[in-house]
Amino acid sequence: MSKKMQQRRRERIDRGIKIRTEGIYALMSWRELAYLIMPRMVLIVGLLALPLVMPGLYWPRVISIVCIYALLALSFDFLAHYVGLVSLGGALFVGIGGYLTALLNTELGLPPLLAIAGATLIGSAICTLLLLPCLPLRGVYFAIITLMYPLFLARVIEALDIFGGTDGILGIDSLPNAWVEQYGVIIMLVVCLFALRRLVNTDLGLVLRAVKDNDQAVRASAMNITHYKALAVFIAAAIGCLAGAYLAHIYMWAGISIFALDFSVLPIAATVIGGSGTLVGPVLGCLILVPVSELLRDFGTLRIVFYSLILLAFIVFRSEGIMVYGQRKYHQVERWTKI
Amino acid sequence: MTTGPILQVKEVTKTFGGIIALNRISFDVGEGEILGIIGPNGSGKTTVVNCITGFIKVSSGRVFFRGRDITGKPPHKIADMGVTRTFQIMRPYYSLPAYKNLVIPLFSPRARRTGGWRGGGKLGDRDTVGIDILEEIGFERDSYVPYKVTSTLPTGYLKRMELARCLALKPEMIICDEVFSGLSMSEIASMVPLIEKLQMSGITLIMIEHRLRELFKVANRVMVLNFGEKLIEGSAAEVMADQRVREAYFGSEVVEEVMKHA
Repeated sequence: MSKKMQQRRRERIDRGIKIRTEGIYALMSWRELAYLIMPRMVLIVGLLALPLVMPGLYWPRVISIVCIYALLALSFDFLAHYVGLVSLGGALFVGIGGYLTALLNTELGLPPLLAIAGATLIGSAICTLLLLPCLPLRGVYFAIITLMYPLFLARVIEALDIFGGTDGILGIDSLPNAWVEQYGVIIMLVVCLFALRRLVNTDLGLVLRAVKDNDQAVRASAMNITHYKALAVFIAAAIGCLAGAYLAHIYMWAGISIFALDFSVLPIAATVIGGSGTLVGPVLGCLILVPVSELLRDFGTLRIVFYSLILLAFIVFRSEGIMVYGQRKYHQVERWTKI
Repeated sequence: MTTGPILQVKEVTKTFGGIIALNRISFDVGEGEILGIIGPNGSGKTTVVNCITGFIKVSSGRVFFRGRDITGKPPHKIADMGVTRTFQIMRPYYSLPAYKNLVIPLFSPRARRTGGWRGGGKLGDRDTVGIDILEEIGFERDSYVPYKVTSTLPTGYLKRMELARCLALKPEMIICDEVFSGLSMSEIASMVPLIEKLQMSGITLIMIEHRLRELFKVANRVMVLNFGEKLIEGSAAEVMADQRVREAYFGSEVVEEVMKHA
């Protein structure tokens, strides 16, 4: 038999250390513990150290914007891949969160951190109410409605000249100091990330995933799917509104442009690049995409062309996303076997 | 054992546009009984199930469960009252391991209320209760099967999981939509005692089946549907002796032919 005829197949096997670190056996040795903890620590410490290794006036601001987009991407990934609701609502969440914190801060005189907390809770309640009518529907309706609201609200504010009209709300207090401004959003990102990762593996999280898998079976299990979808939208909207509220305090301004579609679209691109359904992936995606988008500013209007090319390359060559690829390399060995 | 009807279906009609899927169907189910519903393809068997459990709205008529009107209630409310169903095309959560599928019904308000889940099991969590239920329904606890991702399981196990989902709710009634179809003879043979066990534990069953031999073994009464009409209701022997039933199943030409030769 000629060599050409011999067929080979790529085989993937879990690394021994991966199996050894499942369950209580992870406590066997430092090596096993490190295997478990290292990836998480790299992310957390890396995020916390970023502002220190990138001093100056410009990059710290970019890092804050990265975190804000990362929060939005996290909320998108959670809704799309764990509840089955494809949301284009980043702009809606940011807009409502931003305007609410602006109103709470300038009209009621709440201090920034309190205003952010208030805007997060009230804002997500408002978003949930706005989206409630389309929750019983399946299919693209949710995506369409979430895309419609930010356009609608921006026009309403413009036409009725409320909340400062086209000028927006000026004179929002900045956060107490530069350290709080920088680290507040990073810590919130880390907390949201790990909280969501924990949530999707609890029993409640399983119910949400079941709604995505097979909503009719959930109804047959005596559970109201609209109720659970609303809960998921509330959680995702809270994360989005938090990002929006924080953004308003960083800019010290809330105007019509915080309803911009960038907030809806970039998180989706980041999720594609980072690996959908991993929750960490979208954060990594934002860590790449947002700085790249900043670096491309030199190209002026050609920026969007390069940006699209990068996205295209990722979709064609690594459609699974960085995180899925990385996890596979970390947990498994590959080898060629003869058939 | 029968003490008055637990479920009453009265004059239920369902039309899809101009097509009459069900035409004034009425029947009662007694407590603890097994009612079989048979009929050729497209005779409206699954539509009956959907109408009772609220997955589709009836066009006219009423459905009563324990004397309470459940017509037009949403499916989760009806399931919450204890009327559960299986799906003909299995609807497990394919991305979850088999035993995790049962966490979802165990999370429901009914399971918390009725003791389907009150922190039982060895470890007191829903996972262990789920494995207990799977064992009851025929999964080997110590094998790897309950822990496998559902999408890799064969049909026989998926059919059982449909029943397991109902059992997790501690139901008063299970409506089985073709649990025997698509199974091998030996798989069916192991399912029959399971159904008998369910009846002995006091659960009322409606079974929609094409596998008549196995159905007649367990069913107390059989109802026959044809083109949305109720043909006859009675014991298995009565039903099979009926001329119209034979014609519905085999076509009138065949029956005439057979009669001629007989």
